Amino acid sequence: MFEDLRDLYQEVIFDHNRNPRNFRVMADANRQVEGFNPLCGDRLTLFLKIDDHVITDASFQGSGCAISTASVSLMTEIVKGKTETEADALFTQFHEMTTGKAEHIDLEAIGKLAVLAGVREYPARVKCATLAWHTLDAALKNQASSISTE
Amino acid sequence: MINNDEINKTKQLAMSTFPIEQIRADFPILGETIRNKPLVYLDNAASCQKPQAVIDSIVHTYSHEYANIHRGVHTLSVKATDRFEAARDKVKNFINAASTKEIIFVRGATEAINLIAQSYGKSQLKAGDEIVISAMEHHANIVPWQMLCQQIGSVLKVAPMNQQGELMFDEFAQLLNDKTKLVAITHMSNALGTINPVDKIIAAAHAKNIPVLLDGAQAIPHMAVDVKALDCDFYVFSGHKLYGPSGTGVLYGKQALLEAMPPYQGGGDMIRQVTFAKTEYAGLPHKFEAGTPAIAEIIGLGAAIDYVSGIGMDNIAAYEAELLSYATAQAEQINGLNIIGQAAEKGGILSFTLDRIHPHDIGTMLDSLGIAIRAGHHCAMPVMDFYGVPATARASFAMYNTRQEIDVLMQGIKSLIEVFG
Repeated sequence: MFEDLRDLYQEVIFDHNRNPRNFRVMADANRQVEGFNPLCGDRLTLFLKIDDHVITDASFQGSGCAISTASVSLMTEIVKGKTETEADALFTQFHEMTTGKAEHIDLEAIGKLAVLAGVREYPARVKCATLAWHTLDAALKNQASSISTE
Repeated sequence: MINNDEINKTKQLAMSTFPIEQIRADFPILGETIRNKPLVYLDNAASCQKPQAVIDSIVHTYSHEYANIHRGVHTLSVKATDRFEAARDKVKNFINAASTKEIIFVRGATEAINLIAQSYGKSQLKAGDEIVISAMEHHANIVPWQMLCQQIGSVLKVAPMNQQGELMFDEFAQLLNDKTKLVAITHMSNALGTINPVDKIIAAAHAKNIPVLLDGAQAIPHMAVDVKALDCDFYVFSGHKLYGPSGTGVLYGKQALLEAMPPYQGGGDMIRQVTFAKTEYAGLPHKFEAGTPAIAEIIGLGAAIDYVSGIGMDNIAAYEAELLSYATAQAEQINGLNIIGQAAEKGGILSFTLDRIHPHDIGTMLDSLGIAIRAGHHCAMPVMDFYGVPATARASFAMYNTRQEIDVLMQGIKSLIEVFG
């Protein structure tokens, strides 16, 4: 019945929505940022543990739509073990992919995140996918305790 | 007391005699396809679609009768002025105001409330005075009062609602005291559909000489409104929710109140005489209509009023009540669907959540089936907080919706629940 939506709602997204990974409070986090999308009321708290510029642990709490939950769940998986510079480069890649600006996507670097590429056809939903990454960006810059997509 | 059989008979009569096919044919957009599916437009609480009569009116004005109003001596200006003032007369009759002096054209209900807050509020209230609103207000009936409170030190009081989304009347009445200088309350909630007991509210407030502003943005397309019978002091609504053009709105105020209020904006059209030393303001209603208004649009609002009056507001109300009860009965059959707002007195709004499925996912999935609903906080974040949800999905009905469309909606909801698993 929802054939048109297959590119947007891939099975990986349903899976991460049903069983979000790294969904927990991190007691020993050294970065913590709240991300808020006032348009839909999505709220998430991102926890990072960064040792010597390497993200050694990432987790989150909060509630949101399937796209935003899957996006943050996938993000916490992929950034673990990455340096801050590598994570920042991923943010740029992801942002370009979801806003349709990327000329070509480096599939190897972006890995599983490619399942969220479909969101670029749905302008009303792009922020759902990018909220997690804007929150990560703020956490990496260590500038704010909360960010908003507006 | 009317028994249930009689109510059912009335409802069946409303369904069988209501000219639904003709009405649908009058709205060209209803023939559109969205993502290759016939459009099912259920976002009427956000804005209604426009009948051909309104579209034709705007085309006619710009094609044959457009010029600025209240200015020129030339023929077109006189014609445009006549049409514009005729629209004011139509609004007056539609809500049964005593005089066209009581009908102020504004951009929408939001501007009307801001006007009252800044003109009436600033001139009549002082520090410590209280304004009473309810827990189910749209942001447009919260923020202007907060701004006023910041400016003059008045205090905003919020009457609570119960879990069904009904105003708790006794608690409301207890808030009224010597310091209360205005009650500003919605006639019908945009997020929940609740229709407030405005007669009781007005009686309680007037017993203490407190004026009452009704926010009629949601109520106006769904029921007959008689400001004289209600005896409300202010009534505001937007044209775009009454099948009229966007950028139009109406502020009704009792003449004595409006006379005592200072202008809201200064400029052309609102003056009698200007020198650099002093300006003498125009009389009502022009005192509040600075600058060139949305001329063609307001004339179009007159056409919208003619259109709904031709069908009859009572007929529309009866038909929509039947649609809502049909939709509610269907929704109650769906496991995992929670209706938000179950007031006994309710207009055609079905706000709901689905277990484990976010409203934005519901909105996108239904959109792929051609169904337009609203997903979000409906500019009523305090209502969302009250129910502990970030957002709801909302299907809102208009006179052109059908049982078949509700069937399509319900089938869509059932299917997306399956897909999400």
